[in-house]
Amino acid sequence: MIVEAKGLRKRYNTVWALDGLDLSVQEGEIYGLLGPNGSGKTTTILILLGLTEPTEGTVRVCGYDPVREPLAVKRVVGYLPEKVGFYEELSAWENLRLITRLNGIPEPEAKRRIGEALEQVGLAEVARRPVATFSHGMRQRLGIADVLVKKPKLAILDEPTSGIDPEGAAQILELIKRLRGEAGMTVILSSHLLYQVQRICDRVGILQKGRMVAEGRVAELTGSGAGFLAVVEKARPELHARLEGEEWTLSVEDLGGGRLRVTLEEGAREKLFEIVAEEGAIITELRPQVRTLEEIYLRYFQE
Amino acid sequence: MGTIFWKELADHLGSKRFFILSLIILVVAGASVYLGVQAFGENPEEVGEYAYLLLFTAAQSGLPSFLSFLAFFGPLLAVLLGFDAINSEFTKGTVSRILSQPIYRDAWINGKFLAGLATLGIVVLSIALLIFGLGLFALGFPPEGEEFGRLLLFVAVAVIYLSFWLALGILYSVLFRQTASSALAAVATWLFFTLFLYMIAGVIADQLAPIRANSTASDLLRNQNIRDFVLRFSPVALFEEATLPILVPTYRGLSLLALLTRTDVPTSPLSLGQSILVGWPQLVGLVALTSVCFAVAYLVFMRREIRTS
Repeated sequence: MIVEAKGLRKRYNTVWALDGLDLSVQEGEIYGLLGPNGSGKTTTILILLGLTEPTEGTVRVCGYDPVREPLAVKRVVGYLPEKVGFYEELSAWENLRLITRLNGIPEPEAKRRIGEALEQVGLAEVARRPVATFSHGMRQRLGIADVLVKKPKLAILDEPTSGIDPEGAAQILELIKRLRGEAGMTVILSSHLLYQVQRICDRVGILQKGRMVAEGRVAELTGSGAGFLAVVEKARPELHARLEGEEWTLSVEDLGGGRLRVTLEEGAREKLFEIVAEEGAIITELRPQVRTLEEIYLRYFQE
Repeated sequence: MGTIFWKELADHLGSKRFFILSLIILVVAGASVYLGVQAFGENPEEVGEYAYLLLFTAAQSGLPSFLSFLAFFGPLLAVLLGFDAINSEFTKGTVSRILSQPIYRDAWINGKFLAGLATLGIVVLSIALLIFGLGLFALGFPPEGEEFGRLLLFVAVAVIYLSFWLALGILYSVLFRQTASSALAAVATWLFFTLFLYMIAGVIADQLAPIRANSTASDLLRNQNIRDFVLRFSPVALFEEATLPILVPTYRGLSLLALLTRTDVPTSPLSLGQSILVGWPQLVGLVALTSVCFAVAYLVFMRREIRTS
């Protein structure tokens, strides 16, 4: 376990930003910390880095306690803040140089690493330009280079795709995935967009109001037990009533013009075929239902 | 801390605001040499052996001496170096990037303060030396050892004085989230200490010990003492009181007693050590003010949550 947190609670004035959070991340995986705004993602990250102290609970990051040994943690963990900022008047290269100096990386090694990192994120050509001239996407990539020059064991990326167009976001995620492979880092990234990050995350944890409401592989969370969605046409009102009476239907919705949208339990497809055939209607669409993040929240809330 | 120090120092020395303010002070340095040389030319006998120090204190109608100019405008330069030290890092979003590096949090604020201090030291020292250099041209004879010693002392006291304003600027940059607020607060404080307190001191003194046509010398003295007491809450007044004995070797204190008795006591110059003694309490006061300001800034910064949103 590269990260292990137990029973984390954090209070800001009167609000509990975290309320009993458990988190464990294995070495080498990409872990997605998901949740709506204000669910405690950033607070969790700041605690992992030792930038803020938990009110209660214990944390170990790479074997160190961020509360007691923040410097040891910061030496091996790279961090990309949510709204990453740079010194505008300095060039990309100089900004990274400051980071290597603060990390005490010796000069020739530092120069090599900066060149490499800028190459990896595709900013080598604009290395000498002041950051003030950079677009949002370029800044975000520079932020990733900023993490790379440290050669960290664990990279924590807070909302690495926020505010970036879908194409740019996809590029950044691909970059993260590739770098994990090349550098062998563990990556924790936070996001409020499940569909965006689900492709690259090995596991995700879903936060809501400072608690972990669900954790596991993306497929498990979005697919399993979610049932099927069917669209039925040429349905008479009797069919509607009959479907609603069956215990394996989760919901029946009248779309108008004799069309019904039915959600049903996973094993009940044959039963639907039978009834629909008996009533002389036809099924025009049938597919496994994929949950959106919102639906997952709702599901775990009802339980 | 070294890395932070050098980065901040480079930022200061390369910034436009620093360049403009230094230019202004440079022009004033030229003017003060002119004034000093004129004052010396008018009355070379009375000035005697301390012609070089006169370059710093000579004033003429309309044109202030270099000393009062430094007391008045120096704080602006110092405050400008500090007022956005911390809060601009928050608004830029660099704070979490820097503090997630393996450095102690106090190394950051200490580095910033020391870099500001070094910048001020460089400015004051180079201007003081420049004035001496120009003086050498204008007067045509070299300064004496003691004059040079007094010059270095003056530079040290000026840097301490300006470091108070730097610490104040940093304090405001920690207390206020917006750079505009901290700049306004810093300018307000500056105006209060350089202008308003002087007015208020006079008003308070006149209320508590009014001077009438039949006032005795002790009434006058009381009025003056109250005025001085109120003024000593201002670092500007402390600075002037601390530097005058250094730059004017005959100076024995600001109180009315000294003025009244000036004709009775010999006006011979004091030795360097004695001159320092005259301004010592004020100097200690300045150091204390600086320390308090920086200590508060330090404590608040160390406890600050670094969440930006």
